[in-house]
Amino acid sequence: MRGRAGPVRAISNFKRRTLGLAALVAALPAVACAGDGTSFLEPAGPIAALQKFHLIQITLISLIVVLPVLVLVPLLAWRYRASNTSARYMPDWDFSHALEYVMWLVPVAVVAVLSVYLWIDTHKLDPYKQIASAQKPLQVEVVGLDWKWLFIYPEFHIATVGQMAFPKDRPVALKLTSDTVMQSFMVSALGGQIYDMPGMVTKLNLQADRVGSFHGVNTQFTGDGFQDQTFTAMSMTNKDFDAWVAKVQKDGIALNEASYRVLGHRSTPDQVHATLGTPQMPQQVVYFNDVPSGFFNKVVMKYTSGKAIPATRQPGAVAYGQAPVGE
Amino acid sequence: MTLTDWNPILGRLTLQSLDPLKAVFDPTVNNFIASGAADAVVVGALLGVVLMTKYRLWKPLWNNWLTTVDHKRIGVMYIVLALVMLVRGVVEAVLMRAQQADGLHGGFLSADHFAQLFSTHGTIMIFFMAMPFLTGLINIVVPLQIGARDVSFPMLNSVSLGLTVAGAALVMISLVLGDFSTGGWTGYPPYTEAAFQPGVGPDYWIWSLGIAGLGSTLTGLNFIVTIYKERAPGMKFMHMPMFTWTALCTAILLVFAMPPLTVCAVMLALDRYAGFHFFTNALGGNMMNFANMLWLFGHPEVYILILPAFGVFSEIVSTFSGKRIYGYASLVLATMCIAVLSFTVWLHHFFTMGQDADVNAAFGIATMLIGIPTGVKIFDWLATIYRGRLQFTVPMVYMLSFMMLFVIGGLTGIILANPTVDFQVHNTLFLVAHFHNMLIPGLLFGMLAGYNYWFPKVFGFRLNEKWGHVSAYSWTIGFVLAFFPLYAVGLMGMTRRTVSYTNPAFQPWFQIALAGGFFVLFALFSMGMQLYVSIRDRDLLEAGADDPWNARTLEWATPSPVPAYNFAIVPTVDSRDAYAMAKASGAAYMSPARFNNIHLPGKTSLGVVTAVGGTALGFGLVWHMWWLAILSLVLVVAAFLARTFTEDEGVTIPSGIARRDFDAWMKRIRPEGWSDDTAPEMPGLETAQPMEHAE
Repeated sequence: MRGRAGPVRAISNFKRRTLGLAALVAALPAVACAGDGTSFLEPAGPIAALQKFHLIQITLISLIVVLPVLVLVPLLAWRYRASNTSARYMPDWDFSHALEYVMWLVPVAVVAVLSVYLWIDTHKLDPYKQIASAQKPLQVEVVGLDWKWLFIYPEFHIATVGQMAFPKDRPVALKLTSDTVMQSFMVSALGGQIYDMPGMVTKLNLQADRVGSFHGVNTQFTGDGFQDQTFTAMSMTNKDFDAWVAKVQKDGIALNEASYRVLGHRSTPDQVHATLGTPQMPQQVVYFNDVPSGFFNKVVMKYTSGKAIPATRQPGAVAYGQAPVGE
Repeated sequence: MTLTDWNPILGRLTLQSLDPLKAVFDPTVNNFIASGAADAVVVGALLGVVLMTKYRLWKPLWNNWLTTVDHKRIGVMYIVLALVMLVRGVVEAVLMRAQQADGLHGGFLSADHFAQLFSTHGTIMIFFMAMPFLTGLINIVVPLQIGARDVSFPMLNSVSLGLTVAGAALVMISLVLGDFSTGGWTGYPPYTEAAFQPGVGPDYWIWSLGIAGLGSTLTGLNFIVTIYKERAPGMKFMHMPMFTWTALCTAILLVFAMPPLTVCAVMLALDRYAGFHFFTNALGGNMMNFANMLWLFGHPEVYILILPAFGVFSEIVSTFSGKRIYGYASLVLATMCIAVLSFTVWLHHFFTMGQDADVNAAFGIATMLIGIPTGVKIFDWLATIYRGRLQFTVPMVYMLSFMMLFVIGGLTGIILANPTVDFQVHNTLFLVAHFHNMLIPGLLFGMLAGYNYWFPKVFGFRLNEKWGHVSAYSWTIGFVLAFFPLYAVGLMGMTRRTVSYTNPAFQPWFQIALAGGFFVLFALFSMGMQLYVSIRDRDLLEAGADDPWNARTLEWATPSPVPAYNFAIVPTVDSRDAYAMAKASGAAYMSPARFNNIHLPGKTSLGVVTAVGGTALGFGLVWHMWWLAILSLVLVVAAFLARTFTEDEGVTIPSGIARRDFDAWMKRIRPEGWSDDTAPEMPGLETAQPMEHAE
């Protein structure tokens, strides 16, 4: 297991050693070897670190109810087996007030404690909440398409497919929508997922506290190329980020109706790169420049025009791009 | 689809729709599997027809089974359907496990085939395995437990079965003709809208569960009325056996939870067929409404499935501990709490949809609240084992596995109920592992325990214990191996419904999971062997089958197999565990002073008409064969109207036959030296246990 031994890891290690009983918690170290950047078990930012901490905290508190059952089932079953005639047999005993209090009140107490934590933590980690920071958040607009994400950086008038870069230690404020079916956007190492839906905007706030490359995915099944809808979330130094922006601006192609129409077809980042990419762009990645202002809003608003959108003009639809046929 | 593809007779059915020919057009491994499955269905069906004809079984099948309104036979047919669908569901599951074990950078299945597999697997396991299984057990057991001669609406019962069969038939037909939906068992639009899936797939999904769902609603109504109105004289609510309580809660949930499903399926159908915009992207359509309605059904559905299993466990833990159930009132209260709370948590299926933290936190806490009554139930069962005399029978092995595994599923459920963590593990295999952890130990083990427990009551001979134990242990090992690794890969970030992956760290876990899949296959094989061996040795296994477990509730106060009229004399009840009380007091062995003629409802062919007509209606709608849809709808409606003009004469069982059956039964079960005047000491547990144990 590699990675930093941060405070959260230290806490979990301590508790694991002391309690060390839960199969789930015990399995974490083995699981955590998933490789850098794929999972919140190797958190790369404050949100994911807290989520991992909550996972362990909830597990340990719940064990108060779970452990007695795991111990008592084999114990009582063996003790009161039919062949053990030395065990006391009380065929008509069916109630005890004291036991009843324990049975109801212990789970009530555990759920009460968990509920307090849940209320506080859910508000603390609300994905819509801006992350407190001295730096202004970087705005990124995300459009979900089949089977790729389009990342728009309105500040710089650039956009990318297959790569989402941002400076480390600076909050990233994402606005998301979909221009096809519903999708769900997640970079596990940085924070949780949020749905992106056509005609609607959802928000997600992320931050990385180290330089690195992290796996980004769509978790909501969307058809044949679903498993290829991945991207690299790249956390870099401010200097590297500026260089990256400059490179995208220089090497990109214009994002306009024609190039966006290519993105609207069902295709993987690989296929998009093959169609639109240039040798200056990395594999599975396409850079765009000259992104018009309000591009993201236009994508959102086209579904609220009060007119139906025929399948031939619906990105992601089977008939997308075909000549309209008489119904 | 354009008009040119449509044919007035065949709708949109073409040669390319024939799955058995797929491998001919394009011979790949993937297509050989698809065509092989299609061929298996066709060959299986043909073989069935040939065998039925050869052994001249059509007439008995028609007279004794298809047209019967006997709740026990209807129950058996439900369970046969459930077991057949279980086989298909498991085979699909193992195929998916094999694909993912081989799925690093590829695998042997196409993405589309894999997507159809997880969609049919989910749809089948929930709607055509779990639902028929529990409906079958409720059918067989509840009227007997409450001392009734039948359900309140026997003909409706047959019609409900017909609707369920029609739904299942559509899913089976989809193996042979055309593709199934790739939208998963939840069928979220807009992905299932016509723009994105113009083919027949989502239509198969819509009509199979739309039609079957109607049957479930009617079953719910039937059993609510039956339990309210048909209880034996003297049986108060707080005298009802726990299984009847859970059946009542499930029936109530069915009536309230199925309509949202039917409605959202029909709304999706209107989008697809008539150009509506309920869930489309534009023109005011909004898929969030679908998600809400689906889960307004979907979460209560979880408890529809699990509560009857809880009921089975309550019965068997009391019986096999030789003891009254601990905390009966607590269990009833907990069951009712679960039933009510199940309607307050649906939003936890989409914490990630963008609503604010207040809403998420409220639903998260509501979700954890369900853990309280569920925990109480587990502790009540433990307290029942405490100071009992526990026999490690097959049902009990299932129950002990269930208790250990279910609390682990409960733990991961609490984890998922916390929005902060759910944002990470939602839509990953962690979630998949969690709900299988709830439904395999929670539901399936309960159903299989019930199957082993009540089999002798229905067929008059016990099931073989050895093979029963083998299958119970195989199910347990198979489940643990197949699903615990999925928790791990889920935490590692593996999304659900993913045909292949690029992270080599996932692969070993999937290989373990595949090994679990093989154990489950072996468990299925053992169940087959158990049935075969038991039928072969049925003469030996008949001994003591009237009451093989020294059980406590009224269903055992009947001869095995139970006669059509259930009870020669309807019992009078004044306590819980009515049969245990009657055995203890000797009342169970008394002959009544006189027997009366018994009147039973007559046969009906409406169930068959519904099954055939429902299948044809669904098929016509799926393939746009409008003539077939209209014709079958008209015929079914006409059959129902015609039925209202006929008088059901019913069947009368003469009192002499009831007396003869009763005396034969008494001869078998009365303790030695019994006479009606001198009731001797009751036999203890040991002497009343003629069965052998594998322990």
